[in-house]
Amino acid sequence: MNALELTALCKTFGTQQALADVSLAVPNGSRMVIVGPSGSGKTTLLRMIAGFEFPDSGSLTLNGQVLVDATHAVPAHQRQIGYVPQDGALFPHMTVADNIGFGLAAKHASRHARIAELMDSVALDANMARRWPHELSGGQQQRVALARALAQQPRLMLLDEPFSALDTGLRSAMRKMVARLLSDAGITTILVTHDQSEALSFADQLAVMRQGRLVQSGRPMDLYQYPVDEQTALFLGEAVVLPARIEAGWAHCALGRVPVDSQANQGTTRIMLRPEQLLLSTTDGSGCRGVVTEREFGGNTCTLTVALQADEGVPGQAILVRSSGLQAPNIGSVVHLTTVGTAHVLKKPAALNLS
Amino acid sequence: MLPESSIPGIAHAQPRKRPHGRFKNRGGTWVTSLSVLVSLLALLPIAFVIGVSWQIGWAQIEALVWRPRVGELLVNTVLLVLFTLPLCVALGIALAWLTERSNLPGRRAWSLLAVAPLAVPAFVHSYAWVSLVPSIHGLPAGVLVSVIAYFPFLYLPVAATLRRLDPAIEDVAESLGLKPWAVFWRVVLPQLRLAICGGALLVGLHLLAEYGLYAMIRFDTFTTAIFDQFKSTFNGPAANMLAAVLALFCLAMLTAEASARGHARYARVGSGSAREQRIVRLSPITTLLALGLQAVTCALALGVPLFTLGKWLIAGGREVWQFSELLPALEQTVLLGVAGAVLTTCAAVPIAWLSIRAPGRLQRILESCNYITSSLPGIVVALALVTVTIHFARPIYQTTITVLLAYLLMFLPRALVSLRAGIAQAPVELENMARSLGRSPGRALWLITMRLAAPAAAAGAALVFLAITNELTATLLLAPNGTRTLATGFWAMTSEIDYAAAAPYALIMILLSLPLTGLLYHQSKRTAGR
Repeated sequence: MNALELTALCKTFGTQQALADVSLAVPNGSRMVIVGPSGSGKTTLLRMIAGFEFPDSGSLTLNGQVLVDATHAVPAHQRQIGYVPQDGALFPHMTVADNIGFGLAAKHASRHARIAELMDSVALDANMARRWPHELSGGQQQRVALARALAQQPRLMLLDEPFSALDTGLRSAMRKMVARLLSDAGITTILVTHDQSEALSFADQLAVMRQGRLVQSGRPMDLYQYPVDEQTALFLGEAVVLPARIEAGWAHCALGRVPVDSQANQGTTRIMLRPEQLLLSTTDGSGCRGVVTEREFGGNTCTLTVALQADEGVPGQAILVRSSGLQAPNIGSVVHLTTVGTAHVLKKPAALNLS
Repeated sequence: MLPESSIPGIAHAQPRKRPHGRFKNRGGTWVTSLSVLVSLLALLPIAFVIGVSWQIGWAQIEALVWRPRVGELLVNTVLLVLFTLPLCVALGIALAWLTERSNLPGRRAWSLLAVAPLAVPAFVHSYAWVSLVPSIHGLPAGVLVSVIAYFPFLYLPVAATLRRLDPAIEDVAESLGLKPWAVFWRVVLPQLRLAICGGALLVGLHLLAEYGLYAMIRFDTFTTAIFDQFKSTFNGPAANMLAAVLALFCLAMLTAEASARGHARYARVGSGSAREQRIVRLSPITTLLALGLQAVTCALALGVPLFTLGKWLIAGGREVWQFSELLPALEQTVLLGVAGAVLTTCAAVPIAWLSIRAPGRLQRILESCNYITSSLPGIVVALALVTVTIHFARPIYQTTITVLLAYLLMFLPRALVSLRAGIAQAPVELENMARSLGRSPGRALWLITMRLAAPAAAAGAALVFLAITNELTATLLLAPNGTRTLATGFWAMTSEIDYAAAAPYALIMILLSLPLTGLLYHQSKRTAGR
């Protein structure tokens, strides 16, 4: 069952189209990540779900209840949707405990116990309750913001780039903690980010947005392996994109004969491989031959530029290959490239790209 | 997922009817209509000026305006402005430069003393001079007392700007071969332009609006003439027409200031924090001259009023402390001040909120309505309210309500400026947060934004309160019979030439104004980052 359903949402700010016909279904209890470059409309979408913005047209349904349609709208304070913004947005004039308790009934007897329980659940020390927001570190502020949003037992949790202000190590630890906490509570979650690695690791459902449009959605693995177009492919990670001629499930390209994932395609097109699908060897004679022209040492991996051997009048193409940092061949060495798995046939882009 | 039944009242929340498909403004429409209401109220004096002119008709306007008396007033007022403004500017810049940029001994103390005259109401300055030199009168006296009473309005912004200027710009100018004087003329002075324009406008508007100061030294300006006219013929066309001319004068001054301000960018270009200002070492002779200037200014602006007050208080002895009259006056002043401050601050909330949360053309128009009205002299506002209440709202004529309305129109921007700064410190995201946690938009505004803006609102209210404490003209014209504030009480005493009995009133007003002066001084330090 889907918890949240967005249908044909449109929104324009002045002449700028922020959302163009966005439809998306978020399954119950899932962790949906909406990823896209800045200005892609993802934050507008999130704020619309929270009730801070309203669409020009389209509808929004949560657990079967219409939140927005052509004639009605439930205001933000009646939606019971949790929201954690980028900077936490803690109320500066309230202590940690008062911030967390903001969404709880004021005179409830169990209020105190509930605040302690929430603080414990986000791994905040109990003696922090009397602290003020400005006395907390970035990570602690985010935990308070999360606890505050959890307090009202939200029907849906919205996270707007909640980890981007944290430093790298803390970020992944927070991400894991938040993911576990929300899964255990069974709360459907939507996270918005521009960071593709964060998106891939947090999501069990992924949606890619670009220029106000929803480009593709599905399982993260599927989107990574079978992106809908080249731009999406490159957005979700490094990719080797090659022109190819397809015949009966095989692509003929600069890397030689590579199996492809689609039987339907025929003729000239472009295929995509992820760098980890390319294996490099200095001894094995099989596969495609090339020469290392550049070598960029990066610690655990080393990125090599390999100029492929010119073949059948086609000039040799330079492609990026990853190699273990310690065993990377030197510049000038002759290497052989083999592929693993199938290449993905990219949808034919707009006519412009072919020329 | 939580079962829906565990969410009482929420899962079954009825969606509201959606008005016109655009409900982004649903909370905003209330605020917008309130601000439009306040701004329409603010337009009342201008509507009055136009309406009166319309009603009187061109022929009679000509007869009323083109006469020797008006010409005489015009000459007086123009001369007053022409002499006072340059003197104020020169004095303000000189004192500001000495206290901010030179090694003058006791700079901090001198800078405080240069602001202190603001605590003395203008008509108390005048009273001090008249009782010290009874023969003082006319234009020279007007210019002297005006400069003394109003130069701090220039000193404050110029000193604050001097403190904030990037010293690197002066270093560069010097490295390009400019002599120190040339650096001041070509680099420092142009950067002071905004401060000078703003300060000069403030002084100019005070010159046009002040009644008590000039009445006491028998110098006729438009304002004193309107007042006399009103006293003799009440709500006659002559007074109204003079008020219209005065209003035009004010608008001309506003326009002149706006065009003199220019469009150049005065903020510091570049990043990083500016270094300490360079301090110029004065030669012994210059030091003596500078100390002389400071001492003379201080003696004229503070010494004379304090000496005179002291003299009268000692001469009057215990008899002048008529507590049966002083205490009710103090009480009425405080009551009017508190009521006016609360009313004005509340009325400023919608406009301030709009200017931060939904800035746009409408909001800018609304805001400028309020600024224009507040720059009109109190006497014009008062005449407008007299006319309107007599014709359209007889029940509130000569009641406290009308007085409070006048205060609202005159002092709204003081509350507005503070409040706006306060609301700007409460990001809209916090309000959104509160809404997503189940608070209605109104509750969110009250619990979060208003709570965070409270200190700024209080500062604004304090400014309004103190302005009301020293207000004389509008209170004299509008207050119900039997009202006696400190200012009107003081005025009544001096009108009877009972200078000794007036002294306690003046002293209490000065004591009440001291916190305002301290606040202004502190604010100018803070904006300069100290």
